[in-house]
Amino acid sequence: MIVELGHFALILALSVAIIQSTLPLVGARGGDQRLMEIGSIGATGGFVLLAVAFSALTAAYVTSDFSVLNVFENSHSAKPMLFKVTGVWGNHEGSMLLWVLILAFFGALVALFGRDLPATLKANVLAVQGWILTAFLLFILFTSNPFTRLDPAPMEGQDLNPILQDVGLAIHPPLLYLGYVGFSIAFSFAVAALIDGRIDAAWARWVRPWTLVAWVFLTLGIAMGSYWAYYELGWGGWWFWDPVENASFMPWLAGTALLHSALVMEKRSALKIWTILLAILTFSLSLLGTFLVRSGVLTSVHAFATDPARGVFILVILCLFIGGALALFAWRASELEGGGLFAPISREGALVFNNLFLTTAAATVLVGTLYPLLLEVLTGEKISVGAPFFDLTFGPLMVPLLLAVPFGPLLGWKRGDLLAAGQRLYFAAGVALAAMILGLAFTGGTRVLAAFGFALAFWLIAGSLTDLFVRASFFKAGWRKGWARLTGLPRSAFGTALAHFGLGITVLGVITVSSFETETVTTMRPGDTVEAGGYTLHFDGASRRAGPNYEEQVGTFTIRDGGVAVAETESAKRFYPARQMPTTEAGIWTTWFSQLYVSLGDPSADGQSIVVRIWWKPLVTLIWIGSVFMALGGTVSLADRRLRVGAPTRSRGQARDRVAAGA
Amino acid sequence: MTRKAKRLYSIGAILLVIGAAAGLVLTALSDSIAYFHSPTDVVEKMPGPGQRIRLGGLVEEGSVVRDGSTHVTFKITDSIESVPVTYTGILPDLFREGQGVVAEGMLAPDRVFQADTVLAKHDETYMPKEVVDDLKARGLWEDGKGMVKKTGSSPEDAVSATDAGGAGS
Repeated sequence: MIVELGHFALILALSVAIIQSTLPLVGARGGDQRLMEIGSIGATGGFVLLAVAFSALTAAYVTSDFSVLNVFENSHSAKPMLFKVTGVWGNHEGSMLLWVLILAFFGALVALFGRDLPATLKANVLAVQGWILTAFLLFILFTSNPFTRLDPAPMEGQDLNPILQDVGLAIHPPLLYLGYVGFSIAFSFAVAALIDGRIDAAWARWVRPWTLVAWVFLTLGIAMGSYWAYYELGWGGWWFWDPVENASFMPWLAGTALLHSALVMEKRSALKIWTILLAILTFSLSLLGTFLVRSGVLTSVHAFATDPARGVFILVILCLFIGGALALFAWRASELEGGGLFAPISREGALVFNNLFLTTAAATVLVGTLYPLLLEVLTGEKISVGAPFFDLTFGPLMVPLLLAVPFGPLLGWKRGDLLAAGQRLYFAAGVALAAMILGLAFTGGTRVLAAFGFALAFWLIAGSLTDLFVRASFFKAGWRKGWARLTGLPRSAFGTALAHFGLGITVLGVITVSSFETETVTTMRPGDTVEAGGYTLHFDGASRRAGPNYEEQVGTFTIRDGGVAVAETESAKRFYPARQMPTTEAGIWTTWFSQLYVSLGDPSADGQSIVVRIWWKPLVTLIWIGSVFMALGGTVSLADRRLRVGAPTRSRGQARDRVAAGA
Repeated sequence: MTRKAKRLYSIGAILLVIGAAAGLVLTALSDSIAYFHSPTDVVEKMPGPGQRIRLGGLVEEGSVVRDGSTHVTFKITDSIESVPVTYTGILPDLFREGQGVVAEGMLAPDRVFQADTVLAKHDETYMPKEVVDDLKARGLWEDGKGMVKKTGSSPEDAVSATDAGGAGS
């Protein structure tokens, strides 16, 4: 009954989405207030309906209703409750339902918080959201219906892929989708502006916070996914340049560029056309990511059951939206007025530099991801493009960008003084140089690249703090006055500094772990010891244990520092009978920011010893801590008065004056 | 500087960055990619030593030998030819005899494949896509059925084919 209710709500949501995608558009053309209002009602109503549908599927999972095909294929009655709930999106159909639920959620947010938006803009935006929603609801209902029944109902389900039975599944996909799908708002705003043929500062004031929200979630989603893969797969890697990872990384790169170009547009009303294009491209990359992951053209843990019909359907959606938006862009972009002028050396110039490198980097990742697919279609040759390709292309592109980061915030708008900015960065340069010299000294001059990487990381870290320091003018004004000034700075200044600081932290983690990690693969008997990262790992012994829906062989290790036991860690190999599938549960011990990572292999033939793989991962956690700082920076920026949702009410008069003055 | 000259300079700078990136991409594509080969390809084409390739097929039944420590040797077969592989390290969880596998590495002069990475994927029904496509092209695989038993080949092949049929559907 509940399942049918959910199915019905899903179909009803499609009808509502069709109305939402047409009537407001007609209203906006004819200036009909009531027709335009339908957009808001539809967006809110559609969200409620999809929430009902999603709850119905969740209920079927919680009660282990195996008469639903989707539940039968991906759940098991003995599965812990958390995984019953997260299992809802641990499969193709359910994850697509989560995708549209989040899409509708963002539409509803625009409807609720967009009271101050010009009525036609709002109507157009919601209509475009309606198109995307319609397309994906059709996709779900025709190719991936999660509510399909099974008759007769089996007694027991087939269980969820054991790799997905982890808290990571509760966090990673929702965060990632909030990011992916959040960019649809920027896309809808861009297309709405093109339909309207008009674009003003109010547009940028709206697009930037939405982009920022999506970016914050995507940053956290990718970081979480990376950490999950790191601890769950037992290979000790945190980034594989896997096509599926690239699928989420490309929108991130484009979204980061969009974030910065929207800033120029908001402050200086320049780069309008470019920002519109970037908004379209960012969401297009999100759609491309969805296609790559969901169509089955790639094989990975993310590509669940594959069905050619789905791939073709998503490909059609992809072509319609990307092609349509770009065609509209080509047709209308020339009608948009260009904006303010600026010198090459200026804040705007720095942000253009940022955009140039970020989009080029995104393009190289795109080539590396799609080239094997294209080559196979065209010539039938099968190749794999892996880490070496990306190290060679993406790496060099990042160096000039990262070097330029600290300069950006120190340059003035319109016309900046590179020399003055450089002088302010003396301290940061000193820190970077010291890091380089220390790096060289400790490695005996053998690791030049690593030392250069350290310098880059500390240049970013010190440079981001310099900006705050300079703005508070601690030296000129003295400490007390400086402190008062610092606390009085707009939150966006802190946001920028935090995000750039986080970037530096991540770079530091990446450089350290890729240059100085050690790996040991060896056979151990109980009582054996291995040295790693200055610690001694003692193998205490192995035992068997039973979990709720698995059994495991557990190896216990004691970690000693100079003969003194400091910690214990467990590493296990699990076996899930329902899927006849083993997984590796790595033993991870964190000390400061570094980790000791222990992974079990197969026992030897006599059963006396076991193969153990031990990694020392120096500063590895900084990779994710840095990402959290970046997301925190975005959040702080979002809390800036200027961008706070609803702020336009208070400052609208002021904003209009500013726009008038700027124009 | 006039506005026009300024614009020319900016466009020049942008083209420079994009050109550099394109150059990097082309170099990287010619140097650091690995072509997929089936065991038959390897025997027929004999890729030179030092060339990185991905070798995919089924792990031949009874070919896995562990020498007590972390060193493993096995054979990868497409039921026509088979290629010996050596690997040091921990094999993936789903590495089993008769299952699909992709190994990345180089062919040594003694024609033993030195793998530095062995991939078997995350699912018990998983067959690497390249392997399936290759088997299909040789008429050894059918969608929905898995491996097709081939008569007239060596007994060794028949064993691996039968067992893989159950696992690969």
